Amino acid sequence: MPHDHQNDEPLSSSGHPFRADDDTKLSYWQVMEIAVRELLIEKGHISASQVHEQINRMDARSPANGATIVARAWTDPQFKAALLTNAGQTSRDMGFDIGPMQLIVVENTNSVHNVVVCTLCSCYPRNLLGLPPDWYKSRAYRSRTVVEPRKVLSEFGVEIAPDVQVRVHDSTADMRYLVLPAKPAEANGVSETLLANWVTRDSMIGVGLPRAPV
Amino acid sequence: MTEFFGKRWHDMGGDPAGKISYDQHDFALWEKRVDALMVLASTAGLMNTDSLRRVLEDMGEEAYEAMSYYERWIASVGQNMIEVGAFSTAELARKMAQVKARGSTYGDAT
Repeated sequence: MPHDHQNDEPLSSSGHPFRADDDTKLSYWQVMEIAVRELLIEKGHISASQVHEQINRMDARSPANGATIVARAWTDPQFKAALLTNAGQTSRDMGFDIGPMQLIVVENTNSVHNVVVCTLCSCYPRNLLGLPPDWYKSRAYRSRTVVEPRKVLSEFGVEIAPDVQVRVHDSTADMRYLVLPAKPAEANGVSETLLANWVTRDSMIGVGLPRAPV
Repeated sequence: MTEFFGKRWHDMGGDPAGKISYDQHDFALWEKRVDALMVLASTAGLMNTDSLRRVLEDMGEEAYEAMSYYERWIASVGQNMIEVGAFSTAELARKMAQVKARGSTYGDAT
């Protein structure tokens, strides 16, 4: 599995190795961050509390938000229709603070598999799912997904049958995509609340599939 | 890296590239602050996603390879703030010298 770590070090709550303390040598760019922040505060463009609140707001966004939306779409056909018509407004109506983000939801079916990339930069439905994973911003993912999506998906452990069409969606600063994965047959009869646990971040980018919670 | 006529370096779709690395790191406080500064400076009308990207793209491929994601972002935010007149290059240089003099770690200097 891609996200397995090969050593025996304990993992943080996010499932990654604990990050080293911020006591390494102060870097040039860290100095610039502090300086830019203080100048903008001194000149009254922003406030320290706004910075704090914005970080809290971003930290509160996670793939769980998207999972809630997917689970409702799996159980409520009317909601799903609204979501596929206007995903941004439907997400806002559900109470998610996604700001001005334009969002399109694309549906996986028996005949179509969708995958999302940003070849130009790192556009991602960050206001719903939180910040993108590092690989999403990497040269390898950005370059290859549009020309050999099946091979890329295969590296993520997702094999798409030859008779299923693969659609690659290239995000822009003004348009973000979210994949509505197909509901697994084994999930039939599971309640909306529990269904959300089947939805992974990767399944909403299109590089993974929903799976029974572990 | 092959040069493709008619597109710039950041337009990477289709370029040859190797295996995808799944290395992931939790964001450090200073990186989250960079992200917040971009959002707040945009809300304040001082920049936007397009101006962020314009500077990132002008920084070139070498910067993409050599600098981390949020290092590039703070370089772009700083450049945008100078261009829009939020502060001057001299003010930024003076402030950076003050910050640097506070200590040798981020915790000491912030």
